[in-house]
Amino acid sequence: MREIFLQAATLWQREIVRFIRQPIRVMSAIATPLVFWLLLGAGLQASFKPSGMPAGIGYAQYFYPGVIVLMLLFTAIFATASTVDDRRQGFLQGVLVAPISRATIVLGQALGCTTLSLMQGAIFLAMAPLAGIRLSLEAIVVSAAMMAVIALAMTSIGLAMAWRTESTQGFHAFMNMLLLPIWMLSGAVFPVAGAPAWFQWTTRLNPLTYAVDALRRGLYLAEPASSGATMPMGSSVAIAIAFAAFAFILATRVARNASTI
Amino acid sequence: MSASTISNRSQTAHDAIRGESGVIEARSLGFRYGDRQALDDVTFSIARGEIFGFLGPNGGGKTTLFKLLSTLAPIQSGSAQMLGHDLAGETRAVRRRLGVVFQHPSLDGKLTVGENLAHHGHLYGITGMRLRERIAAMLELLRLSARERDRVETLSGGLQRRVELAKALLHEPELLILDEPSTGLDPTARHEFSNYLEHLREHAGVTVVLTTHYMEEAQRCDRIGMLHQGKLVAIAPPGELKSEVGGDVIVIRAQAPELLQRKILQRFKLSSQLVDGAIRIERIRGHELLRDLIDAFGEEIESVSLGKPTLEDVFVHLTGHQFFASTAQTE
Repeated sequence: MREIFLQAATLWQREIVRFIRQPIRVMSAIATPLVFWLLLGAGLQASFKPSGMPAGIGYAQYFYPGVIVLMLLFTAIFATASTVDDRRQGFLQGVLVAPISRATIVLGQALGCTTLSLMQGAIFLAMAPLAGIRLSLEAIVVSAAMMAVIALAMTSIGLAMAWRTESTQGFHAFMNMLLLPIWMLSGAVFPVAGAPAWFQWTTRLNPLTYAVDALRRGLYLAEPASSGATMPMGSSVAIAIAFAAFAFILATRVARNASTI
Repeated sequence: MSASTISNRSQTAHDAIRGESGVIEARSLGFRYGDRQALDDVTFSIARGEIFGFLGPNGGGKTTLFKLLSTLAPIQSGSAQMLGHDLAGETRAVRRRLGVVFQHPSLDGKLTVGENLAHHGHLYGITGMRLRERIAAMLELLRLSARERDRVETLSGGLQRRVELAKALLHEPELLILDEPSTGLDPTARHEFSNYLEHLREHAGVTVVLTTHYMEEAQRCDRIGMLHQGKLVAIAPPGELKSEVGGDVIVIRAQAPELLQRKILQRFKLSSQLVDGAIRIERIRGHELLRDLIDAFGEEIESVSLGKPTLEDVFVHLTGHQFFASTAQTE
């Protein structure tokens, strides 16, 4: 047990250290969603009024949790992409021949990438007041916890793909194709109310919807009326956690069966 | 003379000297990638403290064999005992006592030399005081102490290879497996790296198994296994292999090699090989033939060389294929 902890911790630490030493990665992971939010939020603010929201809540506020999830998604994609090359001609080669189980490798990687996401999430929380979101201590704690759950889910999906994909290009193509629609159909970008029926149904079947909804509730804990959340908190949190757990177990399975030849 | 006679003879001799089973006992190893048979019925035994090289052109099966021995690829057919454990069934026990150096860098360039080694130690359950001691000892052994705080990406290729070696040795493995260790190194660094391996064997009793396509590197091994198209065509000490080639090797370059080859056949009743546009003749007391050849065809010869057989000659002799030409063929 001590050994598993030590092994996972060392892989976790490596993810953090190598990230911090690449300032361009830090900058792009924060700047991309921020630009999204500024441009889309500002552009749509005037013409787009989120349905079912009280007066005075503009699109920029509605979209803020969505931007946080987008940031978590980008971080997960970029942080897990290195696994593709790393296991054939990089650091992971040495890990693969060490006395460590594949599940422990995935645990260390997933915790590392989740931590990276949380570090960036902290920046978004700090800037929330600029978006007109009033934060309380509870709001910060609950939001951070939900961000961790979402990050773990995204990272695990990324790892599951990265462990079975042969090229980085293929990985990026697939991840964008898979995760961006999941994000768009999660209520992160548009409120579900008023959308066509098929859209509403797809959204309801999307596990990320519940995670986003719970994050909304957390973020707007101090002013629940503005949250735009539509689902009960308890079931949303439960579904989000189950989603993350499922994705993580999937990643460990894929890694165990992944070819290294 | 056939490959198997060489193999049997030296194997028996070896077992007699040792009187014990080897660090690696491989029996009929085979491996397929889909339709392609990458390794075919490969059997060998490697003794404790030996420096053993698998020599062969690219595509010969070296890398596949490396992947099997380093526990990266599953055993498909045949069996192997490593350090007294079954490679297929007791992988984790094998891994604890095995050091691996990959052809591609396995260091994190963003981390320092010391950080890379520390992560490696943690993966093998080494921590605290013991970890610091091991790191210091390995850095000293490989003369890297001054580089401990340098980021790996700032080091030269030769230095990076040495860090790879320090990393692979950190957990005190009894067996070190290296895949093309001198890839990307200049001749000086290559020579130096070989010296380190010999030093290790002398002082730490580590058994070294490497793959290579460099003749000089193979030349420095105690024994060589020659791989060609997935088969082990010979296994013996380099000197013994070279003595199997008849005497000296004469290589003649000419304007019209085919024509000259026919003339040599007519005049001296001597068959020769045409390898890479040069005429190649194996001959005992080659210097006498050389004098006669120059007397007879001096006008037509551009250059001529006479030498003791090299490992490359052995490969040509055993397989009928040019070592580097067959590289081009399979890639």
